Amino acid sequence: MTPLLEVRDIRKTYGSFVGCTDVSFDLYPGEVMGIVGESGSGKSTLLNCLAGHLEPDQGQVVFDTLADGPVDTVTMSEPERRMLSRTDWAFVHQHARDGLRMSVSAGGNIGERLMAVGDRHYGNIRDRAIDWLGRVEIKEDRVDDRPTAFSGGMQQRLQIARNLVTGPRLVFMDEPTGGLDVSVQARLLDLLRGLVREMGLSAIIVTHDLAVVRLLADRLMVMKDGHVVETGLTDQVLDDPQHAYTQLLVSSVLQV
Amino acid sequence: MIELNNVSKSFTLHNQGSAVIPVMEGASLKVAPGECVGLVGASGAGKSTLMRLIYGNYLAASGQILIGDVDVAQAEPREILALRRETLGYVSQFLRVVPRVPTLDVVAEPLLAVGVDQAKARDKAASLLAQLNIPERLWSLSPTTFSGGEQQRVNIARGFAYEYPAMLLDEPTASLDAKNRATVLGLINAAKARGAAIVGIFHDEAAREAVCDRFIDVTGFSPQVAA
Amino acid sequence: MSDQNYNFAYLDEQTKRMIRRAILKGLAIPGYQVPFASREMPMPYGWGTGGVQVSAATLTPDDTFKVIDQGADDTTNAVSIRKFFERTANVATTEETAKADVIQTRHRIPEAELREDQILVYQVPIPEPLRFLEPRETETRKMHALEEYGLMHVKLYEDISQHGAIATSYAYPVKVEGRYVMDPSPIPKFDNPKMDMPAIQLFGAGREQRIYAVPPYTKIVSLDFEDYPFEATKAEHACDLCGSTHSYLDEVILDDQGNRMFVCSDTDYCRSRRAAGHVGRLGTENELEASA
Repeated sequence: MTPLLEVRDIRKTYGSFVGCTDVSFDLYPGEVMGIVGESGSGKSTLLNCLAGHLEPDQGQVVFDTLADGPVDTVTMSEPERRMLSRTDWAFVHQHARDGLRMSVSAGGNIGERLMAVGDRHYGNIRDRAIDWLGRVEIKEDRVDDRPTAFSGGMQQRLQIARNLVTGPRLVFMDEPTGGLDVSVQARLLDLLRGLVREMGLSAIIVTHDLAVVRLLADRLMVMKDGHVVETGLTDQVLDDPQHAYTQLLVSSVLQV
Repeated sequence: MIELNNVSKSFTLHNQGSAVIPVMEGASLKVAPGECVGLVGASGAGKSTLMRLIYGNYLAASGQILIGDVDVAQAEPREILALRRETLGYVSQFLRVVPRVPTLDVVAEPLLAVGVDQAKARDKAASLLAQLNIPERLWSLSPTTFSGGEQQRVNIARGFAYEYPAMLLDEPTASLDAKNRATVLGLINAAKARGAAIVGIFHDEAAREAVCDRFIDVTGFSPQVAA
Repeated sequence: MSDQNYNFAYLDEQTKRMIRRAILKGLAIPGYQVPFASREMPMPYGWGTGGVQVSAATLTPDDTFKVIDQGADDTTNAVSIRKFFERTANVATTEETAKADVIQTRHRIPEAELREDQILVYQVPIPEPLRFLEPRETETRKMHALEEYGLMHVKLYEDISQHGAIATSYAYPVKVEGRYVMDPSPIPKFDNPKMDMPAIQLFGAGREQRIYAVPPYTKIVSLDFEDYPFEATKAEHACDLCGSTHSYLDEVILDDQGNRMFVCSDTDYCRSRRAAGHVGRLGTENELEASA
């Protein structure tokens, strides 16, 4: 089986400060990988390098495209990369307002990616928007409301619908449950798990919340000071951490 | 089906002066298809540790842990994931689920994971829950709110939903009443009959005798103290 | 009339040359917004400073110049711009569309079909059609460069979801020759189909410092949905003065009782029809009053 994403030796520095370095891994279709670490560990820098939002100083991010097979997305042309990020890729931001158009209705937000890839039938676009609202558990009668009228949890679910409507194969998530109430988090996690399984999605989730990765991620990558210090099966890394930092991280979680 | 050769395990506590605590050495065992092996030994002798090593939850320090032809001690995460999806089941003592997911879906999930369609998976889940006497009115609720005994039965139903060729059972009959215990033993014997290789921990002696073909005392796998 | 203290058409020759280069580049890349170093003009922004600079760079001493504002030759904006060029360029001016070589316009395209030897200069307030949804200029430029125009349809989607139809009635976005999406300036969408014309069309945005152009006979497509096709709408009336049923109309409130009339917004077109003997519902009466 060809990996969906092959990451080789990614390095990103900000002047003399190392954002992340020596990062390599393979992600296979249907796999969900979590990246954990404290603030400043380089996990968001890495995610942005992978998703094409930042240009890494070195390394390859090879994606198995539908049309041409494995292609290095770091060196591919910008139009191609932007097309990829509208079709096969999706990016869920921590703050919904970074990923939504707040002045556009829920339906328009979901429809944007469809229109971006050439759908020009209003009725179809609207039907699919409503279908997706249902899948993320937002009532149909909210389709013409703007996200500003939604709660934080609903905004986050809307952002997910907007991203998944084109049936992407790889989803990048940056702290998808950050800033949400615990009860709302659980609902969102359940929703994400269901979507990941139904759509056969691969995902890379950056978070500092170990409970989130235990429930969502198959595999875990632990980062500290820009370096990957440990990788492995999620439950193995959490239950039998090998690296000093991971042990500290796991033992620091407050038990409820 | 399940074969351990000379497996050892130690914990290194980096944050407590890098103390190295050896917990297992020279563990070897072999379980054939259709066979159920009971692990025995005093509390703390390493029964659960051994189960976790086999499941890949703990990382073995050395040795071989073969499930079919996959060596869990060496395998890539995705190989272990595939193994857990298709080959190796684990009924732990604790139910860990996403809050809010209905019991029926919790039980059906292992079937959905291997691509069984939703309706079939739910039928199977429903029949298991009925067998284990979980009242139907609870099926649409999340098991996180259930009593300990109910949670355990949901966990068992989930563990037996898909017919794994190899299974690990950690105290499946603890805290069950006689009627439910009989049901669970029936499920275990049925799994043996279809050829599953099973490793189990049973504190309940009657249950142990009813399903186990032989026993392995894990005390023998304890590291010799400061030899 | 001419004031010899001004260089021809107010701007210095270097500036006009710079603007002409921008115009030529615009013509070479139809619909593409060419940045140019817009000058301060002796009139406020929003009064057509972009159009005036393009006209200044386009006019020659032999040209005849016409200015319309909302179709009319006699509104303040039109009169002051016409006077400006009479004084600074000493060019002939006219109100007759057919006699003009250069026509500067705000918010309309003349009803009479233009010819290959004519130039139509539009005044543009906001040249960026994507601005409504994407405030970042860096991003909109990239979107044009990469032909990422899905966002334009999001605006139309919002129209339909809120109003049941595409409610955008002016500055209706168009795709030029299958490539660039362009704001046709705030002309009514009724005029959009006329943009596929024999004359050269130049667009000047003074405050935003952009010039763009549409060469003769360029294919202009108004954006729409398959199930909500573009419609060039106008008021469902005939002109009350000249009786025209196919020209764009202004609504005029006549009194406090709610009486109103519809008249051609293109005053020259209306006058020429009446001169040819066409009469509308209120036409004769008004003519008599006017001449009395």
